[in-house]
Amino acid sequence: MESMIASAVSALQDFTGYIYPNEYELHWELLIVVYPYLTGLVAGAFILASLERVFNVKELQPVYRLSLLSALAFLFVAPLPLLAHLGHPERSLEMFLTPHTKSAMAMFGFVYAWYLMVVLLLEIWFDYRKSMVIWSREKKGMMGFIYRILTLGATDISESSLRFDDKVGKAITIIGIPSAFLLHGYVGFIFGSIKANPWWSSVLMPIVFLFSAIVSGIALILALYMITTMFRFKEISMPCLNKLAELLIYAMIVDFSLELLDFIQRLYESEESINILSHMISSRLFISLIISQIILGSLVPMISLIWARFGRLPVEMRRIVYFIAALLVQVGIFSTRWNVVIGGQLFSKSLRGLTVYKIELFGFEGLLTTCFFLLLPFAILYVLTKLLPPWIIDEKDIKPAEAQVS
Amino acid sequence: MKENKSEKPNRREFLLSCSKAIPLTGALFFPLSAARLLLAQESGDYDPTVHNYGMGIDIHKCIGCGRCAAACKTENNVPLEPHYFRTWVERYVLPSEGEALVDSPNGGIDGFPEMNEDIDTLRSFFVPKLCNHCTNAPCVQVCPVGATFITRDGVVLVDEKYCVGCRYCIQACPYGARFLHPEKKVADKCTFCYHRLAKGLLPACVEVCPTQARVFGEVGQQSSPLRRFLRFNDVIVLKSSLNTLPKVYYAGADGEVR
Amino acid sequence: MKAPKFPQQVISLAIIFAILLGGLIAARILLVPKSFGKYGHYRADAADEVASLDIKYAGYKACLECHDDIYVIKEKSNHRGLSCEVCHGAAAKHIEAPDEFVPDAPRGRGYCPLCHGYNPSRPTGFPQIITLQHNPGKPCMTCHNPHNPLLPHSPEECSACHREIASQKRVSHHSSLPCEKCHTVPARHTTDPRSALPKKPTTREFCGGCHDKNAASPKEIPRIELASHGGRYLCWECHYPHHPEAK
Repeated sequence: MESMIASAVSALQDFTGYIYPNEYELHWELLIVVYPYLTGLVAGAFILASLERVFNVKELQPVYRLSLLSALAFLFVAPLPLLAHLGHPERSLEMFLTPHTKSAMAMFGFVYAWYLMVVLLLEIWFDYRKSMVIWSREKKGMMGFIYRILTLGATDISESSLRFDDKVGKAITIIGIPSAFLLHGYVGFIFGSIKANPWWSSVLMPIVFLFSAIVSGIALILALYMITTMFRFKEISMPCLNKLAELLIYAMIVDFSLELLDFIQRLYESEESINILSHMISSRLFISLIISQIILGSLVPMISLIWARFGRLPVEMRRIVYFIAALLVQVGIFSTRWNVVIGGQLFSKSLRGLTVYKIELFGFEGLLTTCFFLLLPFAILYVLTKLLPPWIIDEKDIKPAEAQVS
Repeated sequence: MKENKSEKPNRREFLLSCSKAIPLTGALFFPLSAARLLLAQESGDYDPTVHNYGMGIDIHKCIGCGRCAAACKTENNVPLEPHYFRTWVERYVLPSEGEALVDSPNGGIDGFPEMNEDIDTLRSFFVPKLCNHCTNAPCVQVCPVGATFITRDGVVLVDEKYCVGCRYCIQACPYGARFLHPEKKVADKCTFCYHRLAKGLLPACVEVCPTQARVFGEVGQQSSPLRRFLRFNDVIVLKSSLNTLPKVYYAGADGEVR
Repeated sequence: MKAPKFPQQVISLAIIFAILLGGLIAARILLVPKSFGKYGHYRADAADEVASLDIKYAGYKACLECHDDIYVIKEKSNHRGLSCEVCHGAAAKHIEAPDEFVPDAPRGRGYCPLCHGYNPSRPTGFPQIITLQHNPGKPCMTCHNPHNPLLPHSPEECSACHREIASQKRVSHHSSLPCEKCHTVPARHTTDPRSALPKKPTTREFCGGCHDKNAASPKEIPRIELASHGGRYLCWECHYPHHPEAK
């Protein structure tokens, strides 16, 4: 008992000021940082895909299906860190059985189910249905069988039926845009509605989350498109890349302005919590907020993207800058999530002290689990691209097959 | 125990029968039985809807002995590590200039060592803290599955068989009154000793408070120690700007208390 | 070719969604606890489960049913209102099995100072000792009966209880003045402090007795013109009598 208290006391020595006794442990750790990061990528990738579909941004055609599949891969993984962090994961079904209508979090199950079942899966299904029917006829053995199941028995690929697919697909995309906003805006609301926490409590939270989601999604697809094209030894579509970079710049400008607005508003209002929050920013969050999020994750990529997009640069150089900027944006957005989730717990609600967060390496909520959850979507995406190759459109190799059928 | 009873009446039963016979002893017991009526009834037909429990805390009376925090840990099997508390005592030292200094070493259970800072103290006092059993409880609002709730007698409880351990309620509590139970992996907090109320007893912290700095009773009934407390004191609730409508009232608490 | 009324796709999807929806409804019927929602959005049985937990502290009423002799003494003493289990520990087990579990009592010098050890944050006047100086080595019980903690003798010095004030006054210009110079202390105050409080000066003239320029007091005492000095303020509203003219 004494040694237990002694060890606990030694762990407390890095705390400054006064924190409530029950605040010595952080309750939302690394896994909860990963969760909004992943859903942000989902929402961002989907919104990018819908730009092509709904607003007819033709340049983006090469990444349309890639965006959809990436969104799906990340959406599959998004709830896993949440599940792993629960004290009783076996009780998670209660969210569907007895959802508390006044709880923001209770809506998670429904928002997630809606987005997965009604939006993403349906859109992908309608989009790939024709190809799947063809593949199910062409491929032999196991693969043919899988495609037959995936068609769900709807094997009619007549002209009118395909027209129906297209119409429904478009309708779903239109529903999908507000749904994607909902998916991630809602994650922002989970934090923004906690009045007990002055770092979180802000009406701008859902909107900031949304725009940072779009930023991270575009950057992800940009990087993924470059990598996948490289490994397939194909020519990168430069108009597409330029368009992605442009969109990324616009989204980043909006995102950065919103965050700046939030920051200035807080500083100017200078409420009770301002002392402890500024203390936290200048000490505990200095690296992750000032350096990683603002300088490396926002300013540097924004400036270099503008320079690469609108400056006179050789194409090769331009691609390299795009790629590095996209990676920096990912670092920046991950830091944003970190600063929201971990930052919101580093100061005491007594507003009198700061606590510390030490990342575990092993353990259920440790670094290794986190890395696993961050890499898993890419593995899933790899399988998905094998199953539902997204490059078909640009290679036009569907044409002969089409001719055969009709 | 039961076989034992049938063989020989034990001392307690003997005295009980005496107390009924001797009017003098009966008179001694009278105010106690009145107090008993206020809280709950031995007969068992307890009607929760007529109750709405609350607590008053008189800062001027608190001597910072930490007996409440110690008794709470015993009564409720709260983990003994110094960062799990259902109730704890804070020491405030207000210097002539600058920020208040606050500490709560092991929740005050082992007493308060002398402050090593050499400061010009203006005033100093102790503040016991616990779950405020808010009428507009943010923890209840955010619980996704309905595992934390306000009972019909106005106590905020956690359903440890239903809690998923998402810790949203811990984030939502402005008072730091909740923690994740390290073994049960569910949210845990003060229950106003709900199991004691049901048996007609006072919460353990109130029972052991040597100076009656803690007053427990009904918020809504005229004849209640809490109502008297509210009548005679200028009370505040903590973080009233958050509109949580707490039912733990502080008399003599400084504006620095939060 | 006539378009089918329901395209194949819709039928396939409808079946899948129907299965999922049906599964959810079935799960809700089967898995939601019976008492859920009886009084609100929670499991009504949960409150009863908490209510049925065992108690550890029996409460003083349970103690006095047997130990009424001690209770009667204690209720007349300065420890009236102090629950037995504050010192003796949780005793519900003792009520269940009086002979098998006997509550402990703290007999050393460690426990009493939790309340009575000097701590400047405690309310003024609460009886406190400086453990290191107060009869070192002797258990408290050799002089004080915890059930009737009368002092062996009433305090001789005010500083026994009012240490904070005494320590300030000691280093002030008023160090030579006895407390009684300004406060009249009823005899009962030393035995039952809260029932009889000492009196404080109420008028400017009291301080003027020494500090007025015409006062018959030693020359080195600082003087003021009582009539004009400080306007309508009372002396102690500007000067702290226990440490006058300190920073």
